[in-house]
Amino acid sequence: MISLSILEAGLVNGLLTGGVYALIALGLTLIYGVLHIVNFAHGSLLMVAMFGGWMLVEWAHLDPYAALPLMIVVMFAIGWGLYAGVIGRISGGDDRRILLATLGVAIVLDNLALVLFTGDTRTIETPYQFAVIEAGPLLLSVPKLISFGVAIVLALLLWAFMARTDMGRAIRAVAREPDGARLVGIRPGRIFALAYGIGIACLGAAACLLLPTFYVSPQVGNVFVLTAFTIVVLGGMGSFPGAVVGGLLIGVTESLGGLFLGESLGPIGISLVFILVLLFRPTGLFRAAR
Amino acid sequence: MLKYWPVLLVVAALLPLASSSQFLVNLAMLTAFSALLGQGWNIACGFGGLTSFGHAVFFGIGAYAVAIMQTRFGINPWFGLPAAAVLGAAAGAVLGAAAFRAGLRGSYFALVTLAFAEVFRILANSLEITKGGLGILIPLHPALANFQFDDRREAYALVLAVLAVAMGVAAWLRRSRFGARLVAVRENEDAAAALGIPLVRTKTQALALSGAVTATAGVLYAQMFLYVDPSIAFGADRSVEMLLVAMIGGAGTVWGPVLGAIVLHLIQDTARLLIDTPGFAPMLYGAILLVIIAFMPNGIAGLRLPALRRNRVRDA
Amino acid sequence: MLEVRSLAKRFGGLRAVKDVSLDVPAGSITALIGPNGAGKTTTFAMIAGFTVPDSGAVRFAGTEITRWRPDRIAALGMVRTFQITQPFAGLTVAENIRVGAFLRHHDVTEATARARAVGTRLGLGPMLDRPAAALTVAGRKRLEVARALATEPRLLLLDEVMAGLNPSEVNEIVALIRQVRDGGVTILLIEHIMQAVAALAETAHVLAEGALIASGTPRQSAADPAVVEAYLGHGAAARMARHE
Repeated sequence: MISLSILEAGLVNGLLTGGVYALIALGLTLIYGVLHIVNFAHGSLLMVAMFGGWMLVEWAHLDPYAALPLMIVVMFAIGWGLYAGVIGRISGGDDRRILLATLGVAIVLDNLALVLFTGDTRTIETPYQFAVIEAGPLLLSVPKLISFGVAIVLALLLWAFMARTDMGRAIRAVAREPDGARLVGIRPGRIFALAYGIGIACLGAAACLLLPTFYVSPQVGNVFVLTAFTIVVLGGMGSFPGAVVGGLLIGVTESLGGLFLGESLGPIGISLVFILVLLFRPTGLFRAAR
Repeated sequence: MLKYWPVLLVVAALLPLASSSQFLVNLAMLTAFSALLGQGWNIACGFGGLTSFGHAVFFGIGAYAVAIMQTRFGINPWFGLPAAAVLGAAAGAVLGAAAFRAGLRGSYFALVTLAFAEVFRILANSLEITKGGLGILIPLHPALANFQFDDRREAYALVLAVLAVAMGVAAWLRRSRFGARLVAVRENEDAAAALGIPLVRTKTQALALSGAVTATAGVLYAQMFLYVDPSIAFGADRSVEMLLVAMIGGAGTVWGPVLGAIVLHLIQDTARLLIDTPGFAPMLYGAILLVIIAFMPNGIAGLRLPALRRNRVRDA
Repeated sequence: MLEVRSLAKRFGGLRAVKDVSLDVPAGSITALIGPNGAGKTTTFAMIAGFTVPDSGAVRFAGTEITRWRPDRIAALGMVRTFQITQPFAGLTVAENIRVGAFLRHHDVTEATARARAVGTRLGLGPMLDRPAAALTVAGRKRLEVARALATEPRLLLLDEVMAGLNPSEVNEIVALIRQVRDGGVTILLIEHIMQAVAALAETAHVLAEGALIASGTPRQSAADPAVVEAYLGHGAAARMARHE
């Protein structure tokens, strides 16, 4: 039998992990909501961000949290460039083509990392990586608490940016009515690159939050890609609150799946949720708020 | 002369059978095997436009089916072959019926196939009947009766024969009523439905057909390498390989997967000579895929090679 | 041949089609006309099985077909065309038409011969082996009709086949539609342009804001004050008077 305290620990742990998941999924759902691109390269770009963070920590001796703002900027630039240089040029036409294009980008990035860094698994060392806080009967991992807090703050900032700033309003206008937006002088092409850049910038932050408790390898993106899609589909493609709630739910699902089904069978929970949602409730829990 | 290039290709494919070079036979066999995988994907995804990111699910079902049948139940793999094909078709029918009934298309269908393959990989990794992460080792008993081959040329001949059947299926799609209606569904679902084509049934049948062919490839793999494990069978790399072969060669054409497989293996071997680092060749594949998507939607087969030009409907 | 009873459809808060009932007698050419946004295409989509109605019933040739899938309806003999033409862009013109011919002809040779015959009859002869994407707008409209005809329907639903054509092309297609009817196919057509319908249809039903406001011969319908109002806008007469 699984005791109550283990269950509680699993729940809380899942919620904490879910914060970062939510951040990853926010990027994916933003890209879908604005560009209608199912960004299959999302996992690979997270991997790129993790290697970026890893290099800053290992070679420039930065703290991963100090690297975070820097990686947001770097990933924004990479996302912008990728859209302007590759994906934006191929998009147009049917969504299969764009999906295949993002798959192509993922293949190139994964294997480029393999060429540059070999397939080794890498981790960073920080003084606080095993630090815990006692909260009643629970032991909470400090880096996970930090990552949860920062992820939620960033999610709120992103929401405020979209809701309150002119640029955010322009992005939402393009998402709703690309042609209408053009009439009032907004250039959709630039907004698309901007939205893709912001979506990828989320990965820069997520990567730095993951680094203290996770490993880096060229395949690490594959671990997250299906998870991210599951969250976005569960929450409703294009929905902001959906991505956050979905992220937390999936974090808990994963944690409890591991608890009840064991380490090898546990991950099946996410794939099953994904399949069931798509088959029976493809609009997700939240309709896209557009 | 160029007009007869398929003939030349067939002759070239048969040459290694007369050669004693292990290297040559192996290269030819792996190329033919890739072409078979690509053709399996191509049947549903090229002709029917049902882009799948998880076709390894059918490959793995075939490979595990034949491995389990002979190691557990002592069933001769020659019987396992048709049984695995039937299982592959059944898996395609179930997946197709569920996904298409739910109205999943395009990217959503691609993602759901990916998740299906992942479910099977995790199951294979966890269940006792598949021996979990250890994988299944098929005991070595080389004899034609055991579907195991002493001479690589025998194995190659068999791969070629199955490839020929798969290409026959593709050629039938090109000529038949079913194939024409499947292509219509790919081109425009609303128009196809308006003209009386049942969408769910047509797509499900195509996926079942594709599942059968791909599962057969899985059987061949298991019998050639005598080992299956979860990531060999259901890994994303396998799905991507199938897709690359067909997309690069030319999705929805009969010869595309063959051309794609040749190009892929040429790149692989030359890349190895240049920079012998894991990941270098696959990186090139990804780049080629991007170029194909951007500039050559019909793949290599879309280049104006005479025998590849679209079959026109001629006066009867 | 076709009986439509009280069809209704709502999209969110918008009642696109409120209560539409109409009959299409066998062998007739019947028109459904109305201003843009009146709900014509939604009505068509519900009749042909592309949109599920919220309420109401459709009977075709004595069979209740409400909520049937489009392909089953087509197999029963009622086939629609699309206002925004939907060619199979990667196929040739003949291959496009052959997809329709395959509904009744399982033999490839037979279906091919049939498709070429239909295509030639509709004036697509010289284009048969060209890609469908190469057709002009008028050519695409013909292809829509040819593909639908190749299924050998009893009732043909034509969705604005004249929109976007020049006057001489309109005349050609009017003659073509007559010829099709004389060949024994009943026709229900949607049209925005009144004039084209007047020359063609025996009966015209006028749809405005999701409801039928007039039925009769095209001439009668056109003269109906409610119809004038619907086409020119509410209080149009008064406004015009002020400007003059």
